[in-house]
Amino acid sequence: MTPYEKLKTARASTRPTGCAYVNQIFTNTIELHGDRRYGDDAAIYSGIGYLDDDMPATFIAIDKGTDLQSRLAKNFGCPKPEGYRKALRLMKQAEKFHRPVVCFVDTLGAFCGAEAEERGQGQAIAENILEMMGLRTPIITIVIGEGGSGGALALGAADKVYMLENAVYSVISPEGCASILWKDSSKVADAAECLKITAQDIRELKVIEGIITEDFDNFDKMCKSIRHQLKKDIKALLELPDERLLDNRYNRFRKLGNFDKIDK
Amino acid sequence: MANAIANFFKSITGQQQTDIDSVIKNTENVTLVCKGCSAETSKHQLLKNNMICPKCGKYFRMGGKERIKSICDKKSCKEMFDNFESVDFLNFPGYAEKLEKAKALTNEKDAVVCGTAEINGCEFAFFVMDSRFMMASMGSVLGEKITSIFEYATENNLPVIGFTASGGARMQEGIISLMQLAKVSGAVKRHSNSGNLYITVLTDPTTGGCTASFAMQGDIILAEPKALIGFAGRRVVEQTTKSRLPDNFQSAEFLLEHGFVDAIVQREKLRETLSNLLYIHSKTGRGGKA
Repeated sequence: MTPYEKLKTARASTRPTGCAYVNQIFTNTIELHGDRRYGDDAAIYSGIGYLDDDMPATFIAIDKGTDLQSRLAKNFGCPKPEGYRKALRLMKQAEKFHRPVVCFVDTLGAFCGAEAEERGQGQAIAENILEMMGLRTPIITIVIGEGGSGGALALGAADKVYMLENAVYSVISPEGCASILWKDSSKVADAAECLKITAQDIRELKVIEGIITEDFDNFDKMCKSIRHQLKKDIKALLELPDERLLDNRYNRFRKLGNFDKIDK
Repeated sequence: MANAIANFFKSITGQQQTDIDSVIKNTENVTLVCKGCSAETSKHQLLKNNMICPKCGKYFRMGGKERIKSICDKKSCKEMFDNFESVDFLNFPGYAEKLEKAKALTNEKDAVVCGTAEINGCEFAFFVMDSRFMMASMGSVLGEKITSIFEYATENNLPVIGFTASGGARMQEGIISLMQLAKVSGAVKRHSNSGNLYITVLTDPTTGGCTASFAMQGDIILAEPKALIGFAGRRVVEQTTKSRLPDNFQSAEFLLEHGFVDAIVQREKLRETLSNLLYIHSKTGRGGKA
């Protein structure tokens, strides 16, 4: 598949959404609503449950919805500031009980609208990234469809990040890139190619830890293998002292960057 | 003190510091046109007036070095981490040319200047973003430099003052540019956890990923009058929502009204305000090292 074909695949309405993964991977789930500040954003499905009998965990999933009504209610998976603040509230709660956090990312980007700006969309994302960099409990993020820019990174400053094999992760939507750089939104395919957004490219750039094979026909089997991986990772992360966990998370991002250093 | 630290730092890392005063002087002999009233004023004259149009009061955007020089004590300013250059590691169409153009235009290697300086003898670390360099889009070099200055400030218990201006992430560096936001945020968090002060001054325009990360992570967030500050671009919001937005949408005043900045400070008052804030946060409350 070309990057553009992958982009279309990642966006396909037939793909399982965030809720489906949570409900298949976790047991005894309880959804926890609201940011305690303004409202409850349906674009983010979050709560607590079990990954295993002895492993409670917090889940935070961006969900695009499965029919027109739910898609409208969830703004097609574009979270508003209150959605990011709900996510942060649950992360801080997880930290208190030293519960691991698992995030599922699937968004074109943060919601774009006047009210989101009025309520501080930028500030909400900024605070999430800042707090995640200091959160004293393991965080694992899986990009299941689209990882759209800051709206994805607000749930992506994690200890380990995985992508599904046809998921994409991008600093800007290829449409936005084409329109800004070439003033021509029909060059989406070119932009998708240049931006290196496929899971394989992102892995090559060492931004993620691994790629998860898709098998939607055997979704339960696929989720079982994801759960297995999550449990394995979390067990190892929970054994680290908090300071080591945070140092590792810091260094995970610290080393990302390509530049020339000129000796003087 | 700044010099002592600088020399110490140089000795341990080989990091050299450049005297900023000498670099600015070369560019003062030009005339600039005000975008507000079209009046022509010499750069020399404008610099004396804090880069504010003497006819209509409109704020000109400032280069990184001009900005830091305009607020700090004479000869106190030392540039650091100025030996990084962007590379076109994705072979992105047009990126190499754009970098060359921006370098020629600004005489800078990238879109941020970092270092240490003093205001009324109070030492601080700084970063100043320069919107003339590819709209201060944020790539690997910017991320590395800002992260480095925060690490330096944490190690040396210095406050950080950051002047933000940016069009957003540098898309020519793909996902790596997005990751810089997390990288810088990690360094901001460590600096914050060490009990040190971080002040951001939001200048025109502070948008996109910059707003969605370190611009909004200050302990104290100041803004320049009428500066454009927001996450999504105005045009994008209008196109998406098919509605017209009020004129003051995403202005500094709009953000103040909605509770997202601590204060709007005029350029003439900026040095005094920053001095006051640095002094209040110094251990003795009387300046010196914070």
